[in-house]
Amino acid sequence: MSAETLARWQFAITTVYHFFFVPVTLSLAPLVAGLQTAWVRTGRETYLKLTKFFGKLFLINFALGVVTGIVQEFQFGMNWSEYSRFVGDIFGAPLALESLLAFFLESTFLGIWIFGWDRLPQRLHLAMIWLAALGSTLSAYFILAANSFMQNPVGFTVDAERGRAELTDFAAVLTNPVVLVTFPHQIFASFMVGGAFLAAVGGWHLLRSGPGRTGEPTAPPVEGGPAPTVPAPTVPAPADPAPAADRSAFRTAVKVGAVTLLVAALGVVLTGDLQGKVMTRVQPMKMAAAEALYETEQPASFSVITIGTPDGQHELWSIKVPHLLSYLATGDADAQVQGIRQLQAAYEATYGPGTYSPDIPLTYWSFRWMIALGAAGAVLGAFLLWSLRGGRELRHRLWLPLLLALPLLPLFSNSVGWIFTENGRQPWLVFGLLPTAAGVSPGTTVGEVLTSMTTFTVLYGVLAVIEVRLLLTSIRAGLPDVTPRTVDEGEDAPLEFAY
Amino acid sequence: MELPTVWFGLIAVLWIGYFVLEGFDFGVGMLLHVLGRDDRERRVVVNTIGPHFDGNEVWLITAGGATFAAFPEWYATLFSGFYLPLLAILVALIVRLVAIDYRSKRAELAWRQRWDLAITVSSAVPALLWGVAFGNILRGVPIDADFNYVGGVVNLLNPFALLTGLVTLTLFLTHGAVFVALKTDGVIRVRANAFAARVGVVAAVLTVVLALWLNLEHGSTLTYATSLVAAVGLLGALGANRRGREGWAFVGTATCIALLFATAFLALFPDVMPSSLDPAWNLTTTNASSTPYTLRIMTWAAAIATPVVLAYQAWTYWVFRRRLSTSSIRDDVVLPEPAAR
Repeated sequence: MSAETLARWQFAITTVYHFFFVPVTLSLAPLVAGLQTAWVRTGRETYLKLTKFFGKLFLINFALGVVTGIVQEFQFGMNWSEYSRFVGDIFGAPLALESLLAFFLESTFLGIWIFGWDRLPQRLHLAMIWLAALGSTLSAYFILAANSFMQNPVGFTVDAERGRAELTDFAAVLTNPVVLVTFPHQIFASFMVGGAFLAAVGGWHLLRSGPGRTGEPTAPPVEGGPAPTVPAPTVPAPADPAPAADRSAFRTAVKVGAVTLLVAALGVVLTGDLQGKVMTRVQPMKMAAAEALYETEQPASFSVITIGTPDGQHELWSIKVPHLLSYLATGDADAQVQGIRQLQAAYEATYGPGTYSPDIPLTYWSFRWMIALGAAGAVLGAFLLWSLRGGRELRHRLWLPLLLALPLLPLFSNSVGWIFTENGRQPWLVFGLLPTAAGVSPGTTVGEVLTSMTTFTVLYGVLAVIEVRLLLTSIRAGLPDVTPRTVDEGEDAPLEFAY
Repeated sequence: MELPTVWFGLIAVLWIGYFVLEGFDFGVGMLLHVLGRDDRERRVVVNTIGPHFDGNEVWLITAGGATFAAFPEWYATLFSGFYLPLLAILVALIVRLVAIDYRSKRAELAWRQRWDLAITVSSAVPALLWGVAFGNILRGVPIDADFNYVGGVVNLLNPFALLTGLVTLTLFLTHGAVFVALKTDGVIRVRANAFAARVGVVAAVLTVVLALWLNLEHGSTLTYATSLVAAVGLLGALGANRRGREGWAFVGTATCIALLFATAFLALFPDVMPSSLDPAWNLTTTNASSTPYTLRIMTWAAAIATPVVLAYQAWTYWVFRRRLSTSSIRDDVVLPEPAAR
């Protein structure tokens, strides 16, 4: 395997992994801030408990988002040095601004928020989490602006002598039509994940403590197992895992979460529609690949499902909706949509011989999985909300797997959405300017990339196990006890010890 | 002044900010077991940096991003060239941040002991390797006509770079001990004071040797002056530490680290990464830089944002200015006895 192939795999592995944490951070930061705002405004302890409970889960997730993000910044230079030389003049600026304007804000104020419960007045302390959430959101904008340049380069010229792209209009980079639609699409998609997470965690607690299930089922004694030699210590019977007040709090969490999920889903659909039209304009090949549309059609029909030959070239069976693709791609139901073969010919005329289409089956299916998983998450969220209407309970045991699936559906929808976006750009690293193969570090050896790819894969795997187990333990522990907090200036008063 | 020169200075400031701030974080992490003998004491030690360490690390991310934006060639050569050391640093930074964040998320002693060990090791690795990396940049490494590093990893392990690594390691240990002495009370403070006095002498000797070596090879009047201030800072820190004036001791170690790295950057200028093969292949502030347009935008952003960042980060140190001790831990945090299973 070549260093280039390995570098591609490493980028795919580390980026997909990083992006399991990003949507959760982007949405849970403002959702926790919202819960804390509700507490500050109403003074109801329920909201404080929810803030601290989901705040802890947010922080467990945030840590992994940060550390896997550092890898991303280093990786451009380590594995893709030719790319860095080629676009640094443009691509580096949003990255630097992301650190300077967003990451400092996020990390510094989150630090104060974690430790400041006793040290700051209530409202000032509340402002800390909002500033951290603002930092996260800003960082999303800058990195999406950088990515959008790769999808649709704007505001630049190419200096042939130095062999690099140079920035001529930074405002154009920041207002790239692609980032203008991708940013809201991503923010809504993130809120689908965070909303589903709130709803699922709340729903699980309701299910666990529901009628007839008070108290955790005690593990049955293992038959034939050794009898305990020492009398079991008299552990006080586990308190009701969710007393009435906590049950009502979790009901609130489900409602807030599910409504967030549904509103965000609507936003995802609307922005996704806009995105498709921009994509048709700036990356027609990606749209053609998303539909496996080999020949130009007018009007073009939308493929709901097409089963093709493994190379994707020939159709075996399909369900199609006439005119729909024309409408989705352009807003006009009778418009022409270009096909892969025609685009290939046009690109060959412009860029010379080569293959200018991405992996068609991967692009086609990732596009569909993105939509299907996201839709399934929204439907499940609506069903959960409906099942709990008017104080009803979750009774069916199938709710356990359904609640487990609830946050994973939009999370994986985010993943395959990005696999679609990045794969659909191939063979380009920067569309029309730099092929992916030309961006890789020339001096880096197969051994080096293999070492780092293996290291990250193993390390990330171990961290995933630790993180998921810690999340589950913290979720199971339920709402924390909250003692009334006041600003305390006494010299001997205990402090917040988060670590 | 020309914009690439301004940005060379700004990137120097970002790295200096990173090493002054994260330097004591590394020191505190390495000293976790030396200064904290049980879990309660280790909690005090690690929480001295608790509210700050994540924000401090952003200085590194900003230094990296600014290098990418202002000197893409430097970023590309450095990161692809120093591949394996950077990988080791990355792994350490990942483990370290997770370890600090997760250590108290569960009450089991075994859980915490494992993470504490991880904090110590993952603080030592970057403390040493950043020094090695900067030693190599100063000394010059094999860079070819296309600005690609062609030296391999063994090339990076030379006496000068290793000495630089030991200097950063011992300086960060001293800096961290002084910081803990400044931020705690009781027995931990006493221990930190005593440890700073001992390791500070080692750091001082190594720093003076490095400063002489550096100045004899790349010295100018200016670098002699900055080296002198660095040395005076460290000696002053040791004197202040002896008298229990931890605030001044911290100013001293911070000055020493800042001025030592300032010396390094001054010795480097106008190169950013000299080639040991041919001076014509040196990366310089001119041939590695971005366009004036990009630099101008970045200058505006930095001029507005940097003072704001400095102000709010300084404020965090003000908010959490109180000294910590084992008695400041809330009573509701009770460790269960290690379960007999």
